Amino acid sequence: MAPLYLDANASEPLRPEARAAALAALELAGNPSSVHAAGRAARQLLERARDQLAARFGTGPGEVVFTSGGTEANALALHARGAGRRVLVGATEHPAVLAAAPGAATLPVLADGRLDLATLAEALRGPPALVCLMAANNETGVLHPLAEAAALCRAQGALLHVDAVQAAGRVPVSLAELGADSMAISGHKLGGPKGAGALLLRPGLALAPLIAGGGQERGRRGGTEALPAIAGMGAAAAAAEPVQALRLAGLRDAIEAGCVAQGARVAGLGAPRLGNTTLLILPGAPAETQVIALDLAGVQVSAGAACSSGKVGRSHVLAAMGEEAGGIRVSLPWNAPEDAAERFLTAWSAMRNRLSRRAPVGAM
Amino acid sequence: MRVLVAMSGGVDSSVVAALLVEQGHEVVGATLQLYDHGAAIQKKGACCAGQDIHDARRVAETLGIPHYVLDRESRFRAAVIDDFAATYARGETPIPCIRCNQTVKFQDLVELAHDLGCEALATGHYARRVEGPEGAELHRAADPLRDQSYFLFATTREQLEFCRFPLGGMPDKAAVRAVAERLGLAVAAKPDSQDICFVPEGSYDRLVAKLRPETAEPGEIVDLSGQVLGQHQGIGRFTVGQGRGLGLGGGGERLFVHAIEPGRRRIVVAPRAALVRTEAVAGEVNWLVTPPQAPRRAQVKLRGREAPRQAVVEWDAAAQVMRVTLDEPNIVAAGQACVVYDGDRVLGGGFLRAAEIDMAGAAA
Repeated sequence: MAPLYLDANASEPLRPEARAAALAALELAGNPSSVHAAGRAARQLLERARDQLAARFGTGPGEVVFTSGGTEANALALHARGAGRRVLVGATEHPAVLAAAPGAATLPVLADGRLDLATLAEALRGPPALVCLMAANNETGVLHPLAEAAALCRAQGALLHVDAVQAAGRVPVSLAELGADSMAISGHKLGGPKGAGALLLRPGLALAPLIAGGGQERGRRGGTEALPAIAGMGAAAAAAEPVQALRLAGLRDAIEAGCVAQGARVAGLGAPRLGNTTLLILPGAPAETQVIALDLAGVQVSAGAACSSGKVGRSHVLAAMGEEAGGIRVSLPWNAPEDAAERFLTAWSAMRNRLSRRAPVGAM
Repeated sequence: MRVLVAMSGGVDSSVVAALLVEQGHEVVGATLQLYDHGAAIQKKGACCAGQDIHDARRVAETLGIPHYVLDRESRFRAAVIDDFAATYARGETPIPCIRCNQTVKFQDLVELAHDLGCEALATGHYARRVEGPEGAELHRAADPLRDQSYFLFATTREQLEFCRFPLGGMPDKAAVRAVAERLGLAVAAKPDSQDICFVPEGSYDRLVAKLRPETAEPGEIVDLSGQVLGQHQGIGRFTVGQGRGLGLGGGGERLFVHAIEPGRRRIVVAPRAALVRTEAVAGEVNWLVTPPQAPRRAQVKLRGREAPRQAVVEWDAAAQVMRVTLDEPNIVAAGQACVVYDGDRVLGGGFLRAAEIDMAGAAA
């Protein structure tokens, strides 16, 4: 049987629409910046992708800056907008944000993983700030109260950058509706190819480049655009309908019910979450062992954020939520099969029973 | 059967994995991340560097087996590195490879292997596991130059049942490299590891001083009568039996470290004849046979690089210590392992205790 891929938050499988768009772009010789017909043909695909992102995420096409991915989009926002401002970041932000804002102050989260709005209001008093918050957490799927946070930021004259890498395509996210200043997205988390992302800006917001290069992206990001990945990202964004998440939420709920009945806990259970994501904590069972055991059983999940060597570190997200144990993240991809919950639970129960052989795990 | 192979990235454990694959087993590779190699870089020939993890992964890819990197930094730090420094601080001679085998390797990996539904754990150690009438026996490797049975004495009988050492019967290292070449492993010509993996060459004392600053405090070098012969720059630079680096100048009889007195920060030196003794006591004993009821003749090995010596061994069950009477006097360094052999077979072993002879007794 083919392995069961349940690690969508690491990377979504390629959507067929994205594949078709990327393949079409691969056939083009032209550079989007060239003046001739070949260049114009490439430019046409690039601008189509720009339109698709702008329409999906609530800004104008002129405010879409293509990057190499979500990490660069976040780094660009923090670098360009953070100058001369205090930077405030959520405690559960992705390492891409935390590493790009080394001097930032941290905004704590509540036990369910949501931003503590009272602390944010307190922190906003004082000199102008840039606030950086994720729309949805990559490990737990917990959604921050962004509308409320945006209102607080506006009232205090603070800029708000939203890391929407995990939320995009899974829940409705609109820069205009949120009233945020900028937003980062990643192509492969939408079901596009790896290697493209975008920083979306509020209309009229100026942006200094991290890489000046040849003046591409209206001088906001130099370097020839990765056209196949970008075309695929645009098509993926157009194809990713958040209503599809309802189907995944049903599967996710079945997984959670089955695991909780056998002694597992769900991180951030009380908070609004992405429908495709659950972080399961099985007390007494190392997350690393669980991930390996499930992989050997053909079920692919992850344990928090893994570094490039594959080493699994302690989750700063769970730590910020006051959770001592580690957990495994199950994130259903857009094309999860209908028997995903059943197959997962079969493998998970076998693993749980083997782990409880020497010491009780999941004791209530 | 499903077998977990501890893969260091070196040629030995790579060959173990390859041989088991060739024999048709379902092989799972695991590589331990033991410490931040950034702290111990720029050394040649030592194991556990970051490159070794990549080498192990490449070998696993070549063999087409799943491979996992296990984060064991905090466990290794507590069980091996801290013990290493604490042993120096007690004035004893540490033997970290045995501590590592005892904890991080055999205890933890056997447990992991069980958790993953494996039926055995295989390593690249040079030792033979022989099925005997009373269960698994530990024997010296076929190649006396490579034999590592000394470092495996602390493996419990239960662990030994579960372990496999496929290289134990190899005639020599060249034969192992030949297998690696035949199987097309990229590590076939990789140099052997030499040093203690976490200590950059020649700076044990710096690591120990960092962890245990008291070992870097200066003190006196005295002879057996207590007469001060010189000064030293910290007890962490000395081990019992050491003859170099005393800085006492030329002339007279050559002197060796006879005892280290951490409380008074004194190094006691003496001619070699005064160092050797015939009585030794070992604690933390692990028997791989039914403990002998009466004193028995055996061979004992008191350090890694020396041949076993004739002795009479007595098990003091009440005190849980092993009392050894050597036929010929020898240097006994507390902290080192005392491993008991009957011919090629390991009967058991323990860690040498500090000499019960005190200064006054020795001087008398």
